[in-house]
Amino acid sequence: MNIIVLTKVVPDIERVKFDAARGVVDRSSAPQEINPFDLNAIEEAVRLKERHGGRITAISMGPSDVEQTLKDTIARGVDEAILLTDKKFAGSDTLATSYALSQAIKSTGDFDIVICGEKTVDGDTGQVGGEVSEWLGISYLPYTSKLDYEDGKFKARVELENIIYEVEASPPLLVSVTKDINTPRLPGFREKLNARKAQVKKMDAEGIEADEGRLGFNGSPTWVYKIEVPEEGQRDCKIYKDPESGLKEIMIMLESRDLI
Amino acid sequence: MTANDKREILVFAEQRKGKVHPVTIELLGKAIELSNRLPLMVSSVLMGRDVQGEAQELIYYGAKKVYLFEDSSLYSYDPILYKTNIVALTKEINPYAILFGSTHIGRSLAPRVAASLRTGLTADCTNLSIDEDGAFIQIRPAFTGNILAHIKTKTSPSMSTVRYKVMQRAKRDEKREGTIVKMTPLPNDPSWEVIDERVIEGINLPDAEVIVSGGRGLKRAEDFKMLEELAKLLGGVVGSSRPLVDEGWIGKEHQVGFSGNTVKPKLYIACGISGSPQHLAGMRDSEMIVAINSDPSAPIFRYADMGIIGDIYEIIPKMIEKLKRR
Repeated sequence: MNIIVLTKVVPDIERVKFDAARGVVDRSSAPQEINPFDLNAIEEAVRLKERHGGRITAISMGPSDVEQTLKDTIARGVDEAILLTDKKFAGSDTLATSYALSQAIKSTGDFDIVICGEKTVDGDTGQVGGEVSEWLGISYLPYTSKLDYEDGKFKARVELENIIYEVEASPPLLVSVTKDINTPRLPGFREKLNARKAQVKKMDAEGIEADEGRLGFNGSPTWVYKIEVPEEGQRDCKIYKDPESGLKEIMIMLESRDLI
Repeated sequence: MTANDKREILVFAEQRKGKVHPVTIELLGKAIELSNRLPLMVSSVLMGRDVQGEAQELIYYGAKKVYLFEDSSLYSYDPILYKTNIVALTKEINPYAILFGSTHIGRSLAPRVAASLRTGLTADCTNLSIDEDGAFIQIRPAFTGNILAHIKTKTSPSMSTVRYKVMQRAKRDEKREGTIVKMTPLPNDPSWEVIDERVIEGINLPDAEVIVSGGRGLKRAEDFKMLEELAKLLGGVVGSSRPLVDEGWIGKEHQVGFSGNTVKPKLYIACGISGSPQHLAGMRDSEMIVAINSDPSAPIFRYADMGIIGDIYEIIPKMIEKLKRR
């Protein structure tokens, strides 16, 4: 089974600082890591390979300095990691990103399944997977919390909030998986060591035979024209240091607002 | 310009099991407001089986036109079948913008439609407006809710998914008139076969009127029982900050915050929650916020209406007792 995993190197979102003056995330302020949601996609790819054999290719887009971090995908069981890196990709929104990724997927040849995480922690759109599936013209299984392959078909559980579908679909297709689908294993020492020696394959715009008008800033229909640090929404809080009087006031408030 | 020349602002009316999702009514509310800024006509597209009644409801809620695609193949959600029909409709009517709810259906369908139309899509907007030049402005929280990005779209139509529970609902008025346009669904094979479809009965945090939430101040998973008892007495449900969900103490459906549910209940009681920006992003629009925390410097107090500095293990049982005595 030929399995593609989409992944992104992101800053540790709990620690990264925002450069309000320049309106951009200050990437140097926090260490890089594989997008946490993608770890579930990689784990699911490894599980499919363990059961059905095959090969896993991870595809990522980003600046060339993410190369070392991308090797973590190899330590986790990916056979080959590809990094799309080119100045022409800079400024891509989700449409341009998904176009470049879909061109890269096409360049790797036939595949059975593309797996991605639910979203990235930095962009937080959750749109790229769906857009890639449209560029490729293949079926799209979103919010998948269970995945199997049997008799030439993928069987999946698709979660639409409180409605659960059990679906079957034929390859090739794209699946975006939820955090609940599995618990990613930690790579072992030897895997980490081997990954450090592995090569990340770099590809540029020409290598994926991209239409340059669809890349980067020119290929991106949406643009952020203003960044606002929101009004904090602070309120004038009545603070009680004595629980008894606080509770008394709360009971009065509950009654006056018809909450009890 | 006559009424017929107006460009449309098209609202995708998501239905589940034949019932329109309430986010649709919020989208109509926003679309009506925007249609006063530019001469726009509010329209809606509804797909499903036996949903004429719901189409009429959309008119009562302010749609002037409802494009109705009815077919048994459209009863359940299919990203490709839905996409194909919406793309065909869009090419015919050339709308100014298309709005989707930021639900799992909206967030998976809109990218397919946008990529097919080669147009821009902005995710999870919390506000929409139109500037003096008639450009569509989409506002969304970014960087875990610490900043708001204002986004424009160079291509047409502009497309957005919009977060549930942030826009005002449209008012229902049976005097409103509109047209139901019966569409012929394009023939197409389903992209997946739905073997089983079931509804899980769980809590629905965004629709709750009272939420009692726990944070790191809780010592054990079992202590959620105390919050549950308080929530029940107030006719509410239990929420949680993210760390406790990550710990596995409570299900993700209870999570309030940037990466969980956005809520605006009548009453939000934050118990042992410090108030990280991520948590605040999901609850700061609640009507009344009460905070209980032993740390006087906890940021939650700056966002609350009433606060008690103290131990939740002392205060919550007392509050339960007071409510029981009534």
